[in-house]
Amino acid sequence: MSILVDENTQLLVQGITGSEGSFHTRKCIEYGTKVVAGVTPGKGGSSFDQIPVFNEVERAVKETGANVSMIFVPPAFAADAIMEAADAGIALVVCITDGIPTLDMVTVINYLHGKATRLIGPNCPGLISPGKCKVGLMPGDIHRQGNVGVVSRSGTLTYEAVAQLTEQNIGQSTCIGVGGDPLIGTTFVDVLRLFEKDPQTKLVVLIGEIGGTAEQEAAEVMKKEMTKPIVSFVAGSTAPPGRRMGHAGAIITGSSGTANEKIAALKAAGAAIASSPAEIGIVARKVLESRA
Amino acid sequence: MKIHEYQAKEILAKHGVPVPKGGVAATPKEARDIASQLGGKVVIKAQVYAGGRGKAGGIKTAASADEAEKLAQEMIGRQLVTHQTSAEGVPVEKVLVEEAAPIERELYLGIVIDSARGLPVIMASEAGGVDIEEVAAKTPEKIIKAYIEPVAGFQPFIGKKLAYGMNLAPEQIRPATQLIGNLYQAFADKDCSLAEINPLVVTSDGRLLALDAKLNLDDNALFRHRDYAELRDPGQEDELELEASEHNITYIRLDGDVGCMVNGAGLAMSTMDIIKLSGAEPANFLDVGGGASDEMVTKAFIILLSDPKVKAALINIFGGILRCDIVARGVIEAAKQVEVKVPLVVRMRGTNVDEGMKLLAESGLPVILAHDLKDAAEKVVAAKEGRLTA
Repeated sequence: MSILVDENTQLLVQGITGSEGSFHTRKCIEYGTKVVAGVTPGKGGSSFDQIPVFNEVERAVKETGANVSMIFVPPAFAADAIMEAADAGIALVVCITDGIPTLDMVTVINYLHGKATRLIGPNCPGLISPGKCKVGLMPGDIHRQGNVGVVSRSGTLTYEAVAQLTEQNIGQSTCIGVGGDPLIGTTFVDVLRLFEKDPQTKLVVLIGEIGGTAEQEAAEVMKKEMTKPIVSFVAGSTAPPGRRMGHAGAIITGSSGTANEKIAALKAAGAAIASSPAEIGIVARKVLESRA
Repeated sequence: MKIHEYQAKEILAKHGVPVPKGGVAATPKEARDIASQLGGKVVIKAQVYAGGRGKAGGIKTAASADEAEKLAQEMIGRQLVTHQTSAEGVPVEKVLVEEAAPIERELYLGIVIDSARGLPVIMASEAGGVDIEEVAAKTPEKIIKAYIEPVAGFQPFIGKKLAYGMNLAPEQIRPATQLIGNLYQAFADKDCSLAEINPLVVTSDGRLLALDAKLNLDDNALFRHRDYAELRDPGQEDELELEASEHNITYIRLDGDVGCMVNGAGLAMSTMDIIKLSGAEPANFLDVGGGASDEMVTKAFIILLSDPKVKAALINIFGGILRCDIVARGVIEAAKQVEVKVPLVVRMRGTNVDEGMKLLAESGLPVILAHDLKDAAEKVVAAKEGRLTA
């Protein structure tokens, strides 16, 4: 097992012919992901590296059986692309696009209510189940198949954490970047529940950052629902309030957005805290050893 | 993106939100003219991108046009230091001159996006004029919230609920409902991330007025609001930060002396954190971004070095989309354009790391190499303190 993506994933790429879309599609294929279709309006009927390209998602799904979509559409059109994928019945939509207006995401999040589609992102690196399937931007070779689930709001910091785990000989079940925007489709809470149910996952590494209250909400669920151990790091202890630290969601407004508040909540919920970003792998190893 | 109070009030007035009569002045003479048109008794408000103006002397009352001119003279051209600014403060280039409204009650009205619910939320409170965070912490029952569903949009009952919640007089309910609806319309039309009226006042003759106004605009929505660019006041922003943003580099200047250049926001924050854990203070946040070119890396590195506080620099790259060889080329080019006077520690991992390291080694630059995050932070602190050289 693993969560959300695996060897049964049939990937569709929206924006497959763009520069980022084509580059990362090839990287995903190299990793072993089955890419079955692409969508670029106006280029339907052509192909990209032998992959058929369609004008519409609905048609692509009908003809290829795609069940996951990865979106590289520019920010002005990305919200529409997510809703088009949901309308076509895609089970999992991974939106990589950075820079979607927040009010567009309000529409998207509410459009998805009551639909079977799960959205990951936007503004995220995607997800990978090592050894099985990669739907995103992460360098595949730092991963290793195993039993630790990783969830994070950022990209390169996730790679850093994964590389530390792999160096400690700790493999991963699935690694997910949920995205750095204020409004995202899949939250820490959703991912924790999925990891709790996944038999392959024995421990979860949760990497938070300043801004919002996602870590506090995760802590509530950890207390009430999680039996698996959690290791956590929260980035941004040194960030000043009121400044957006790159991610639209990483801005301290009020006391609940600070790293200290988040660390306190996670600690109270029983998470083992890595106080330094260099110690995520070591802390995970210690927790696994204490459980062995 | 922040805008000035007078700009926010112009937007609100266009949307039918009542604001005090007044005008913006760039010179004391203009302030005097506006004051005399308003009858002499006015409030002079410094226009800066920072809160806490009142306590810092940025808001003053004048009894006459003469006094208005004098007060404007004192403010314009000076730096205003508030609890939200750096010790240097922010420059005051304009003042807002407004009628001094007779205030009976001070209320609060604000709109943000609630990320947990995925909806805009309007908050109202009868305890206005003070920090709303404090009200929320001490007397949460005094804050009433209403969510806006995107399909239905703003409905009159929402305004009514909030208006009654602020304990307004019966004759004020209808105008308040309308005002709240208009504020929401401005929030939605302008793609705001925050729309706040604090305080919203009831005057002694029973009128509702937005005495202060703050609108933050969503940077991501720039592409559909051409007017955003005109609203921006570069004079209120840090020069280096502005230069960086023109090159799509996210750079935020901080108070420490260890400069850092990183790819990715999360890793950039973590790099700042580990610099602190190793006993120094970060001089900046700098994310070169995922798709950076070598020109961008060059620009970013020069910006980092332009901060005179920087005594040592750390480059921390986890190559994914951004290749390490691109970073190395960018840094080498920067070193040709400006003199690197401070020790430089480099830690690279991921895509094309060997090529990147080789380029740096062959360049002859005095670079201290680090093998992981902890090693990098310790080395940059040691180099800053003169305990380590290349």
